[in-house]
Amino acid sequence: MKHLKAINKKAQRIEQHIAAAHGDIYALQQGGGSPAARPHYPVGCSIVFSPGWEVDSAGGTAGLCQPAERDLYDCYVTCYWPAQVPDHYNNYPDWTSKCASATKDWRNIDLVFP
Amino acid sequence: MTATVTPLSLGEFHEFRVESVDFLYLVPSGGIFAVSPAGRQAILLLREQPLAADELLAALIDRGYAKDDAEEAIRELFEARAIRDPRGHQDLPQEPVADFPLQSLVLNLTNQCNLSCQYCYEFGEDKVATPDGKPKFMSETVAKASVDHLLASSQGRRAIHITFFGGETLMNFPLLKWVVHYALGKAKEAGQYLDFSLTTNGTLLSPEIIDFLVEHSIGVTVSMDGPKEMHDALRVYANGKGSYDILAPKVKSLIQKHNTRPIAARVTLTQQVTSVKEIFHHLRNEFGFAEVGFAPVTAAPKRLYTIENNNMDRIFEQFKELAVEYRDWAIAGRMHGFSNVSDTLAELHAGINKSHPCGAGLGLVGVGPSGDIAPCHRFVDSDAHALGNVMEGGLDKGKQKEFLDKGHIGAKFDCHSCFARPLCAGGCHHEAFVRYGDTGHPNLHFCDWIRGWTDLCLNIYGEIAVKNPAFLDQFEQRKPLQ
Ligand code: SF4
Ligand code: SF4
Repeated sequence: MKHLKAINKKAQRIEQHIAAAHGDIYALQQGGGSPAARPHYPVGCSIVFSPGWEVDSAGGTAGLCQPAERDLYDCYVTCYWPAQVPDHYNNYPDWTSKCASATKDWRNIDLVFP
Repeated sequence: MTATVTPLSLGEFHEFRVESVDFLYLVPSGGIFAVSPAGRQAILLLREQPLAADELLAALIDRGYAKDDAEEAIRELFEARAIRDPRGHQDLPQEPVADFPLQSLVLNLTNQCNLSCQYCYEFGEDKVATPDGKPKFMSETVAKASVDHLLASSQGRRAIHITFFGGETLMNFPLLKWVVHYALGKAKEAGQYLDFSLTTNGTLLSPEIIDFLVEHSIGVTVSMDGPKEMHDALRVYANGKGSYDILAPKVKSLIQKHNTRPIAARVTLTQQVTSVKEIFHHLRNEFGFAEVGFAPVTAAPKRLYTIENNNMDRIFEQFKELAVEYRDWAIAGRMHGFSNVSDTLAELHAGINKSHPCGAGLGLVGVGPSGDIAPCHRFVDSDAHALGNVMEGGLDKGKQKEFLDKGHIGAKFDCHSCFARPLCAGGCHHEAFVRYGDTGHPNLHFCDWIRGWTDLCLNIYGEIAVKNPAFLDQFEQRKPLQ
């Protein structure tokens, strides 16, 4: 910090705390983040080779490395991004309770009306 | 539609300025920062009136600060909570966890004393102890149970501590010896580091005792009130005879031989004994005490020895002179020995922010000859304040909680707007009980003194930080005292 210089130990901890909060979210292409905070991986479908809302080379969904229906779970359970499915964390914890296997049972998943 | 922008206002801090550097002592956290001119200007502007962030920015730019600089200053002050959204609530320290491990045990080896100091809190007019029908000397059985209690309740602590107290501690020296051997063995088994200290009036020291204290690195604090005529004013035997001549050669011999721990003197100031500087230099130079600490007597108002207001002011002036002497020594890299200053600096350096004024009933308990557990040595033998008994089930968690809830800073509304609360937290529970009949009452009769002292020590801390920061390194490891 430039305008506040930490003098005692508590001030140093406050400084570290603030610096850590800054390192939380930043643009990788701008070289952000302290070296201590690297390596830094984004979370979500793009890193775990889930198909995403994608198509295969033939324009369908049959040739994807995982069944396309799995995306329902990637978006519903693990993703922090507000996706096109109901959210598991707060409002619809039971949305997929009738769907034991996504590829077979996806028709059991109902619409929701927020 | 009109957008409403919340204006910024000042957070809670105490400002001080040393050697043209501006400092902020952030009260809710205990952090001490030096602030830049731009940051200081932002504070001055907000002190005049609350401003929205862009208004504040414009005002800073108006005063010649570059936009980037001004923005950064505002952001940093905001992040450190020196300025804030006025809707922010007040930050007070949280309750400590319920199973806070014990760190220190004070063993009152006896409630008997060979002196009859008139102001004594244990026997005097304001005593809280109710010793009738209880043993006068602690037995090995009770001492053993107490040590076992400490070990069982201090799990997770690497270092633990036992302090011997009285009455006059050395009237039960055989038990002291026994406890040292027993407890060291137990602590070794548990893999904990254990050290000892004791407080004594010095009159019963003998070569044998001194050797034992040296051999086991037992820290010693001697209660002494200064040169002969001051010391003998109130620290007397039952027949009224002063104790200075008896203890002086013994204490000198202790200080000469005891090279394993620094020896400290603890002075009680009363209406009769107020010459702080003279007492300090006598004890430091004539005796060679490493540290000398002072405390005003705890007493109800209007006792003969209770310090009256004009005298408190006089004492504060002397504290100040002595503290300034400490500062000059520190800047020159020398150890002064006025422990009231070093204790406060240690707490400021850590940036401590207390939920309770001291460790009493929390990390520290006192045990009396009967085995009753008290919040600290000063409450020992008092039925009204007992928190259980080491022989009968140990610490009573319910009573402990009640005591701690009362003493928590959150319950002391008078303190919520006070900048000295991170260190004071309302002050000594025992003092509060004697003055107000309630251990949880803030010690309002001392506020001016405490705030003056805190401000003084902040200034000294700031000046040392500017001129000789290496001096502060000694506080890195030092545990703030009780
Ligand atoms: S007792 Fe007085 S000095 Fe201490 S924190 Fe409370 S208001 Fe401040
Ligand atoms: S400050 Fe008061 S209550 Fe706390 S340990 Fe000391 S004497 Fe006991």
